[in-house]
Amino acid sequence: MKVKQLSIFLQNQSGRLAEVMGSIGSEEINIRALSLADTSGFGILRLIVNDKDKARAVLQEKGFTVSETDVIAVEIADVPGGLAHVLEVFAKEEINIEYMYAFVEKSSQNAVVIFRVEDVDASVNALQKKNVHVLSSQEVYAL
Amino acid sequence: MIWNRTAECMSRDEREQLQGRRLKETVRRCYEKVAFYRAKMDAAGIAPDDIRSAADINLLPFTTKEDLAESYPFGMFAAPMEDIVRIHSSSGTTGKPKVAGYTKSDIEVWAEVMARTLSAAGGGRKELIQNAYGYGLFTGGLGAHYGAEKIGATVIPISGGNTKRQIMIMQDFGSTLLSCTPSYALHLADTARDMGVDIRKLPLKYGVFGAEPWTESLRKEIESKMGIRATDIYGLTEIIGPGVAGECHEQNGLHVYDDHFLPEIIDPVTLLSVPAGTPGELVFTSLTKEAFPIIRYRTRDLSILNTDPCPCGRTHVRMGRITGRTDDMLIIRGVNVFPSQIESVLLEMDGTEPHYLIVVDKLNGMDVLEVWVEVSPKVFTDEIKGLEALEKKIRHEIHNVLGLTVSVKLVEPKTIERSEGKAKRVIDKRPKG
Repeated sequence: MKVKQLSIFLQNQSGRLAEVMGSIGSEEINIRALSLADTSGFGILRLIVNDKDKARAVLQEKGFTVSETDVIAVEIADVPGGLAHVLEVFAKEEINIEYMYAFVEKSSQNAVVIFRVEDVDASVNALQKKNVHVLSSQEVYAL
Repeated sequence: MIWNRTAECMSRDEREQLQGRRLKETVRRCYEKVAFYRAKMDAAGIAPDDIRSAADINLLPFTTKEDLAESYPFGMFAAPMEDIVRIHSSSGTTGKPKVAGYTKSDIEVWAEVMARTLSAAGGGRKELIQNAYGYGLFTGGLGAHYGAEKIGATVIPISGGNTKRQIMIMQDFGSTLLSCTPSYALHLADTARDMGVDIRKLPLKYGVFGAEPWTESLRKEIESKMGIRATDIYGLTEIIGPGVAGECHEQNGLHVYDDHFLPEIIDPVTLLSVPAGTPGELVFTSLTKEAFPIIRYRTRDLSILNTDPCPCGRTHVRMGRITGRTDDMLIIRGVNVFPSQIESVLLEMDGTEPHYLIVVDKLNGMDVLEVWVEVSPKVFTDEIKGLEALEKKIRHEIHNVLGLTVSVKLVEPKTIERSEGKAKRVIDKRPKG
């Protein structure tokens, strides 16, 4: 139930993000989710795409530093308190969240939240025990 | 292999005698044929007859880069133009180019010392030498070329640049010895990797790298990336070009061909000679040159001399690798900083690439030093805190070595310009004057 996320190192320079998007866009790669973490000097772009191997190859070819990270994608009802319920599960199990980002599905009443945690397998187990819907990578790519 | 056992292994006493005789001839030649030397020696009250042995070198005045600039282009020549068969010139990156003339005999001396250097590095009749030093006015290309032909090796005069073609030729021809600058060697190794070529699996065995200062860690890095033995070579246009000194397989200091070039180390501030084993500025006097003899030339290169015998059998005095240049030295908030110190810090840290750039600027009257470091896939983590920890670690290590707080900027791979000759490591944006 792990989803592969691509992380790309970006230096703080205008046009770099556009270059990433342009190069994967022209290869017909579609972005499912993204988040950008930044500091004053550099940024890390996190992407979930429908074809990560192709995206990785294209970006490396362009000279970007790219790494793959396992993340968890969770489907949450798009209602007030939906996210809180899931976070309680993490808190109870003492699982530390490194970072997370969310987006709303266009075809349903749900939101999808991406979590990066240290122990992915343990977290997936804990979430599933509490009947939280953890999405498979196939489900995420097809969103 | 020792190219010239008689010259390279003679006893110290014998060599000192030889140096004395040759020094006397050189001083006389300079005094008689070059107005600059006559004026300088007259002013110092020194006559050619005052020089009786090699030890008397202390009596002679120094020659500086500025002196050469004033006599640009041919003012220092001690032979008539009809006897001069070749002219070379330095790049002139630090002012007026320095111009060197060579008689037939000078070219012969140069080929001889390059033959010694290449032999000491592993070269011989059977080797295929890919000479990637630039050919032309720069002394590197032709200097190495003549030495390589003298030892009977097969020379590939490919010159610098056109990196992908270098890799192709290296693969197709099966080059066994590469000569170029160390930064270009590294660039070749990285380019080969990007092309999917593993240089370690090619016939290449030896590298002779010089023309810019490099560190022991960079040597290790090049040796492991290329699967070769890399030796250091030293030289400068003002003295003859490459081949003033070269390392042997012991890789422990460069043998100075002191039957042709007499080395000294001086304290750059007091200008007094210092004994072997004390670091300082290298000074050279040519002993056999005809067209462009030079007396006590201050190289601005920082090194150290070692008179201990070398296990290889050569009796030449050895010089340590160049640790910096008095010109390269940056003064940051009163602290002397050499780019090579920062380079060693980066090379000793796991995962950082040895491509770096030092940017110096003035901010509110304070010198600020920023070190740009490329983020390799090896150190990249997708968490901000991981990269911030890397920045902090580099800052901390540099602080340990320099005692200076610097800022570190992580940049994307290949954003720092790759050199095909001498690497540009420093951008000083501080207002001059």
